[in-house]
Amino acid sequence: MSILVIAEHDNQALKAATLNAITAAGQLGQPVTVLVAGNNCQAAATAAAAVSGVGKVLQADAAHYAHPLAEELAPLVVSLAKDATHILAPASTFGKNLLPRVAALLDVAAISDITRVVSADTFVRPIYAGNGLLTVQSPDPVKVITVRSTAFDAAPATGGSAAIESVACPAPAGISEFVSHALSKSERPELTTARIVISGGRGLGSAENFKLLEGVADKLGAAIGASRAAVDAGFIDNDHQVGQTGKIVAPDLYIAVGISGAIQHLAGMKESKVIVAVNKDEEAPIFEVADYGLVMDLFAFLPEFTAALN
Amino acid sequence: MKILVPIKRVVDPNIRVRVKSDQTGVETANLKMAINPFCEIAVEEAVRLQEAGKAKEVVLVTIGGSQCQDVLRTGMAMGADRAILIETDAALQPLGIAKLLKAVIEKEAPNLVITGKQAIDDDNNQTSQMLAALLGWPQGTFASKLELNGDHAVVTREIDGGLETLKLRLPAVISTDLRLNEPRYVKLPNIMKAKKKPLDVIKPETLGVDFAPRLKSLKVEEPAKRKAGIKVANVAELVAKLKNEAKVI
Ligand SMILES: Cc1cc2nc3c(=O)[nH]c(=O)nc-3n(C[C@H](O)[C@H](O)[C@H](O)COP(=O)(O)OP(=O)(O)OC[C@H]3O[C@@H](n4cnc5c(N)ncnc54)[C@H](O)[C@@H]3O)c2cc1C
Ligand SMILES: Nc1ncnc2c1ncn2[C@@H]1O[C@H](COP(=O)(O)O)[C@@H](O)[C@H]1O
Repeated sequence: MSILVIAEHDNQALKAATLNAITAAGQLGQPVTVLVAGNNCQAAATAAAAVSGVGKVLQADAAHYAHPLAEELAPLVVSLAKDATHILAPASTFGKNLLPRVAALLDVAAISDITRVVSADTFVRPIYAGNGLLTVQSPDPVKVITVRSTAFDAAPATGGSAAIESVACPAPAGISEFVSHALSKSERPELTTARIVISGGRGLGSAENFKLLEGVADKLGAAIGASRAAVDAGFIDNDHQVGQTGKIVAPDLYIAVGISGAIQHLAGMKESKVIVAVNKDEEAPIFEVADYGLVMDLFAFLPEFTAALN
Repeated sequence: MKILVPIKRVVDPNIRVRVKSDQTGVETANLKMAINPFCEIAVEEAVRLQEAGKAKEVVLVTIGGSQCQDVLRTGMAMGADRAILIETDAALQPLGIAKLLKAVIEKEAPNLVITGKQAIDDDNNQTSQMLAALLGWPQGTFASKLELNGDHAVVTREIDGGLETLKLRLPAVISTDLRLNEPRYVKLPNIMKAKKKPLDVIKPETLGVDFAPRLKSLKVEEPAKRKAGIKVANVAELVAKLKNEAKVI
């Protein structure tokens, strides 16, 4: 029996959140097996084999895994489930899309977004936008779990030397088809793993003004985040949204500029180590979670702060 | 084309809930309830497809206590044709909900199911994917754009790195993200009209599926409170604090 982690990758490299899921897996028992399903995914499988704590890598290489279609991947994971006590994946859009489908095919519950492993059958997960922490126990023979990456350290990407085994791939389901994607390209660090994040809200007023955050981001090597209001208003792309229904971040430093601090936004950033809030309204709820609050007009703040970082 | 929309009644998203002092759950008594925001988007999408002549009938389903009739009436005031309440006060989890929905879908035979991506109370984000699995249908989760073209749907999904577009064979299950549409305000005459639309109440036992919860909830705790911070007077003080006290820059 083993703990099976479904790797998220782009055939070349592992996505960072896979390493956090491997850490959670290691807390459940040994050995940890990683499934790398893709098309010409040898490089990603090699990367998985090098991760510290990984006992074995299963490589499923087939044209119908070129894109992570849940309709194709779910039967594959199910075919490997009989040897597993637990099946884990990052609680990213990849894992959230796939694992409930796997769980239903196995006729077991899925456990979303765990933030703590209490024991092999008991887990903690946030509910109500993080306003409650629920402890659940699963009696199912196999536990199907997505892992909140900010709650677990990343496993070291090197130090392991697991064997890579290829596995049989079920025939294509053929009911869904990848058409295209539009992936945002950025020279900046990735939002969910950045050490520093600066986020803007509706207070920025326009897409043009939103660029004012870039000066600070350049100086600090920070990723740029946003509130939903900023995304809805078209100031920046949707994949920058932080919150209950966007991305969960927990950087060393989170700077919220022109964000009021709605519960749905706080759900995505309140585990940050240090929070700075800049808002011209001293009553803004964001100040309740801020370590350092500054009541100031952001249009005065941003140039002055950028200059002060020189 | 018939569209089925499963919806859930939840605590109003603007309310900050409190954990009960005995840690058995979250205090929901006497709180304002509403249709789950993602479900409202699902209803809106279905109604728009109908208004565009792409769908004939929009049917709502919810599973829950008799009080859930209110969200079904809201959805019908938005334009849905009729509604089904699977009435139960039992505890529910996504797998059981998906099984009950599947049983209804086998009777209703819709060509498309549109759910919300996530119920904002339990934050599970599971039911849609589970339902698609049980039906053997494709799934278009976290949709920000949906087009129906004959025997297939083209869905643009919000994924971590940006957007992804998939072509799904119909019938399919779609789950909505926030930017799929902006739900309409319901007008008073439509609320009056919705009162006369058919609302069937059925007992889950008549559907012949095991929907008992699998996971045992042991306790619900309050998250750790952040310690109160300070206000700084100006940018210079902020920079000094970040450098010397917090040591993060
Ligand atoms: C189901 C659901 C899910 C949601 N999910 C998310 C989510 O994942 N993430 C998220 O962020 N939101 C989410 N929301 C939305 C959330 O409820 C808020 O509406 C949103 O976070 C508000 O964004 P904001 O703080 O930028 O805007 P506002 O609340 O409008 O706040 C703008 C702030 O900017 C300040 N300001 C304005 N001008 C200036 C200036 N010149 N200088 C300084 N300060 C200024 C104002 O004082 C105000 O505090 C969700 C809502 C729902 C219903
Ligand atoms: N009790 C319910 N009755 C009907 N539909 C539901 C119910 N619970 C969840 N759903 C549907 O499943 C979606 C996702 O919910 P969840 O998986 O609980 O986050 C919701 O937005 C609804 O469309």
